[in-house]
Amino acid sequence: MPEKQQLSTNSHPIVFHEKKKLGILLVLFFFLLMVVAIALVQGAYDIPALEVYKTVITHILPGSNINGINKLYNTIIWEIRTPRILVSIAVGIALAVAGAIYQGCFRNPLVEPYILGVESGAAFGAALAIVIPSFIFSLQLSAFLFGIIAVFGAYLLARIRGETPVIMLILSGVIIGSIFTAFVSILKYISTDAALREIVFWLMGGFYYTNWEDVFLIVPIVVGSFFIVWWLSWKLNILSMGDEEAKTLGVNPESYKAVFIIIATLITAISVSAVGVIAWVGLMMPHAARMILGPDHRFMLPAAALLGAIYLVLCDTLARTLTSAEIPVGILTSLIGAPYLLYLIRSKGRASFQ
Amino acid sequence: MSSMLTVENLSFEYEKQTPILHDISFSVKKGSVCGLFGPNGCGKTTLFKCCLKFLTYSKGKILINDQDIKTTSIHDMAKHSAYVPQEHKPSFSYLVRDVVLMGRTSHFSNGFQIPNLDKQKTLDALHLVGIDHLAYTPYNQLSGGQRQLVIIARAVAQETQLMFLDEPTSALDFSNQIWVWRLLQKIASKGTTIIACTHDPNHVMWFCDSVVVMNNHSLVTVGPPKKVLTEKILDHIYPGTCRVDRFDTTNMVYPRNLTQEKEGSQ
Repeated sequence: MPEKQQLSTNSHPIVFHEKKKLGILLVLFFFLLMVVAIALVQGAYDIPALEVYKTVITHILPGSNINGINKLYNTIIWEIRTPRILVSIAVGIALAVAGAIYQGCFRNPLVEPYILGVESGAAFGAALAIVIPSFIFSLQLSAFLFGIIAVFGAYLLARIRGETPVIMLILSGVIIGSIFTAFVSILKYISTDAALREIVFWLMGGFYYTNWEDVFLIVPIVVGSFFIVWWLSWKLNILSMGDEEAKTLGVNPESYKAVFIIIATLITAISVSAVGVIAWVGLMMPHAARMILGPDHRFMLPAAALLGAIYLVLCDTLARTLTSAEIPVGILTSLIGAPYLLYLIRSKGRASFQ
Repeated sequence: MSSMLTVENLSFEYEKQTPILHDISFSVKKGSVCGLFGPNGCGKTTLFKCCLKFLTYSKGKILINDQDIKTTSIHDMAKHSAYVPQEHKPSFSYLVRDVVLMGRTSHFSNGFQIPNLDKQKTLDALHLVGIDHLAYTPYNQLSGGQRQLVIIARAVAQETQLMFLDEPTSALDFSNQIWVWRLLQKIASKGTTIIACTHDPNHVMWFCDSVVVMNNHSLVTVGPPKKVLTEKILDHIYPGTCRVDRFDTTNMVYPRNLTQEKEGSQ
């Protein structure tokens, strides 16, 4: 064994700032709770705040009597708003975490969760189910499956001599994406007006029909995936240094890249298939998290997840309250997100952005 | 003394093209500083990459501590071999402290919570390389030379028996070049074997215990620098370029006809 290289007797103590970073994460968590509390009260139908919280607490606390609350309030708050907010949280977490994973694995801060073609694949699956309603799968399942197929195709295309270089992955993602986009265009071209309208609407993304079934399907998978990725987050730090660096440091880049990409693809595909294409969350939130807590994924991942959740709950609340008719949330996330990212880059400078 | 690294009849080529390494054999003694010397594109970096298992070689054998590296996993490789690449393109703005801490990855189980021991080793490595003052600087804001020092510190923190360095002084100023070579000698004296590529024959003369000379994808010779880096051998790899003279207890390599040219231009 090598000798101890303990030559320093008076080296300055270097602080690792771990407690401070955990504190910031806690603040973000309380901020999310606050946003949820506000979102529950907002809506087309005015319900006093006290009644809203009474309804939610009645459902959460065991042994409470549900018959004691107003039936209409119960439907609006517990059957419509609550699942919608929970799914927004899950999708926000999923897109932000997937974005952080892809950016880390690809060593590129301009990558978004849709980079490997999951969006185009899912769009094709959804469009197929809309145009051919008797198609064997439901819209969600079809979108999910084609999303996964697209990424798998891109991954296979990129593989050379047992390795998947980043540049090949990005290129093959672009290729697969444009092929599926062309397929969607074909479907749009041959579809009826009603179907065309539905496809366009789906592509803009939204939480219109979210119910408790979606919550039970999406939330456990997303939350579970998040904790797995968080547990492995140091490996993501190593992967973001490059493939050879990872090997030098004892981390097999191929197997960890595969694990991370599978998880990121799974949670992106499940989000897209449930609520359509929501842009900007996956690109922007990892940036914001990096600017607040630095690039160490052990702290940056949970921060990105919390910020993604906060952002999507906020955007969805705006989407359903801003005008009398609902605005597709995908439009809002881009409309608010793009200028905000520009502001961050211009104000914080290139150094923190890299 | 037993050998730390043994290379036997190693050949490497990319898919049936001309060989990049041809029938190379040599060994490096434990705890020594070994220089790897040869012209640009002669296969030095490829040789390193074979030794580190980045590339799968077609023929021959590489033994580290008498164990064939073909049977060693990537995780176990990191426990006995550290690598300092020639240059490294940073991705995100990790602090220097965190980059050096990454060298400890093969020592801790998961990394979700960093043990205090590993933090201490990180500080020691920063201190040993003399870059304490850079600890909180984002790695991607450093100059190429500073980045080299950081990666050397990372290799030190890795606490391996073997350290491969690909032109570790290429981006450093003169004082830092001497400092790094002295540091490598210090690390070697504590038992870590050092193998470093370099293009400066004088560095080899001054600081290396042995030198492996390569030319044209094959081995030229191996031995102590004073015996191996003669005018004859240097003439073989760099025709008509070098003159070797005695200087103090060592030898110096000069460009040929240095003085005449200067006089001629006056």
